[in-house]
Amino acid sequence: MSTNYQVNDKGYYGQYGGAFIPEMLYPNVEALKARYLEIMADAQFQADLQQLLRDYVGRPTPLYFAPRLSAHYGTRIYLKREDLNHTGAHKINNTVGQILLAERLGKKRIIAETGAGQHGVATATVCALKGMECIVYMGATDVERQAPNVARMRMLGAKVVPVHSGDKTLKDATNEAIRDWIRYPEETHYIIGSVVGPHPFPDMVARFQAVISEEMRRQLKAATGSECPDHIIACVGGGSNAAGAFYHYLEETQVNLIAVEAAGRGLQSGHSAATTALGRTGILHGSKTLLMQTQDGQVTEPYSISAGLDYPGIGPMHAHLFSSKRAQFQYVTDEEALTAAFELSRLEGIIPALETAHAFAALKHLSFGPKEVVVINLSGRGDKDLSTYIKHLND
Amino acid sequence: MIATKNRIKALFEQGDKEVLSIYFTAGYPNLGDTVTVLKSLAAAGVDMVEIGIPFSDPMADGPTIQQSGQRALENGMTLSLLFEQLENIREEVKIPLVLMGYLNVVYQYGIELFCKKCSELGIDGVILPDLPMDLYEEAYKATFERYGLSFIQLITPQSSEERIRKIDALSDGFIYMVSSAATTGGAGQFSEAQEAYFERVRGMNLSKPTVIGFGIADHESFQAACAHARGAIIGSAFIRAIRGVDTEELAECIHQFVQKIRFGN
Ligand SMILES: Cc1ncc(COP(=O)(O)O)c(C=O)c1O
Repeated sequence: MSTNYQVNDKGYYGQYGGAFIPEMLYPNVEALKARYLEIMADAQFQADLQQLLRDYVGRPTPLYFAPRLSAHYGTRIYLKREDLNHTGAHKINNTVGQILLAERLGKKRIIAETGAGQHGVATATVCALKGMECIVYMGATDVERQAPNVARMRMLGAKVVPVHSGDKTLKDATNEAIRDWIRYPEETHYIIGSVVGPHPFPDMVARFQAVISEEMRRQLKAATGSECPDHIIACVGGGSNAAGAFYHYLEETQVNLIAVEAAGRGLQSGHSAATTALGRTGILHGSKTLLMQTQDGQVTEPYSISAGLDYPGIGPMHAHLFSSKRAQFQYVTDEEALTAAFELSRLEGIIPALETAHAFAALKHLSFGPKEVVVINLSGRGDKDLSTYIKHLND
Repeated sequence: MIATKNRIKALFEQGDKEVLSIYFTAGYPNLGDTVTVLKSLAAAGVDMVEIGIPFSDPMADGPTIQQSGQRALENGMTLSLLFEQLENIREEVKIPLVLMGYLNVVYQYGIELFCKKCSELGIDGVILPDLPMDLYEEAYKATFERYGLSFIQLITPQSSEERIRKIDALSDGFIYMVSSAATTGGAGQFSEAQEAYFERVRGMNLSKPTVIGFGIADHESFQAACAHARGAIIGSAFIRAIRGVDTEELAECIHQFVQKIRFGN
């Protein structure tokens, strides 16, 4: 099989990726790089992973044909129900995998960054499951706007550390997690929450999320007679749910991949997180990728109503999908996302996460034929966003 | 260009000298203070200076240096402006000067242009913590060498002997020996484990001199570092000393600081 869109053996997707890390992290990243494929291929590892995905996470998640949404948009829309996973989002696919990996690397202490708190909750959950110490770094702004998830992490026994540097959001939480790893390299594994960071993290996280499209192929075959849909839509913060939904279709170029970024208050408003529209190639958090930044190379503060999309970069795989035009990128504003969240709630009885709502809002930008099959990756449920939704209920 | 390389080399050739190197952030405390700080450090008898290029996301720095960088950015500091400020620096400051920053800022400026500018201004070396040795060798080394710039690399307590030997072979000027697995600004005296690490490295008889950085804050820790290496780099403690100091008072403040480091109270 040709692999135009997979990582190469040097850790790059096209010109993006690599491992731009200080020497202090070299032993950890090198050990991971040397061992992750071998560990993941191990039969016992796979047996443990499959068992947890089935009995603990609740996989496979359904592929649900959404009749009223389909009628509304005049096409055939299927929803991949990652919101039905334990903890309510796709994030746990990755944390279950990485905790098993951390065990095999002999690590005792787990750190993570989180934006919306979904990854933090998913990490705290698997740490509780394995009896491991868990420290989650979270921007102080996000601690406030995602309070229910902060409470969940604490209930699960994790220590949540609010980060006050920079804009106090996901980027800053990631800086602080990296600093922690530099300080305590020997006992610690860093469970990164998206397809970002130095190689091999983007590839490793993509492989753990790839279960989404693996199941999709089987489920689509049963539902439509073909493993391939015409279009797949997913929202992109760092890009892990999109990477998982796209993974087994990357080389099948007849499948149109649609990645949706947060435009915040609008692309030209100065308050946006649409990296592919506003960014240039740069280096942040250990990889070369597209990055929102000033002329002088200072990373700019992103903005989105959705904490999980509020990130100035994008995983190197997606930077490559963008520049090679393999994926089509869409930009959705706060307001469009809110509208879409209400629409999905009223049409299908499903309240999506604010991040996920961006993927649904893209439906209004696009037009699909009545026979076409569209899969939307429903990355998470909206419980954590209720206070935001309630504020807009009467608008 | 040959002359540039020799400034760092010449310093370490002075046999028994305890090399005191100071890190500070360009454009801090005030935007226009860069040259004042440099001249004051040289006048106070510091042997070498690392000039920090501020970056929005300094992942290898502790809170003190992070805050100074944040302040410098708010002051309006940029790499282009730093080069302007350093235009005539070699007329007055003769000690080795090393620029320290993160790759993205240099990458946006342009690697080739950056190296050219450094060499024109008389900068001797560069430290980019997030440009690892392997990537440096592959994509950057030829350019750095063409412009006579020393690329200074870090080693840590976790670095294997094989890795340290490779860094020794590839690096230039001196080796920056990170005292512990820590971001900058860590505290206090050295532990037994740290001393064992310093001695392990010393026992390797590397071809480049080693300088200890991270956690050196006073006369005692400077002395302790010099017992294990050719010198030490002080960053956070110096930043704290000049925090909020008026431009007119910098020279005196810096003189006092350096005296205390060299000779105690
Ligand atoms: C439900 C949900 N979807 C999407 C994201 C964005 O992350 P990614 O782009 O890695 O899927 C998040 C992040 O917190 C999330 O919670």
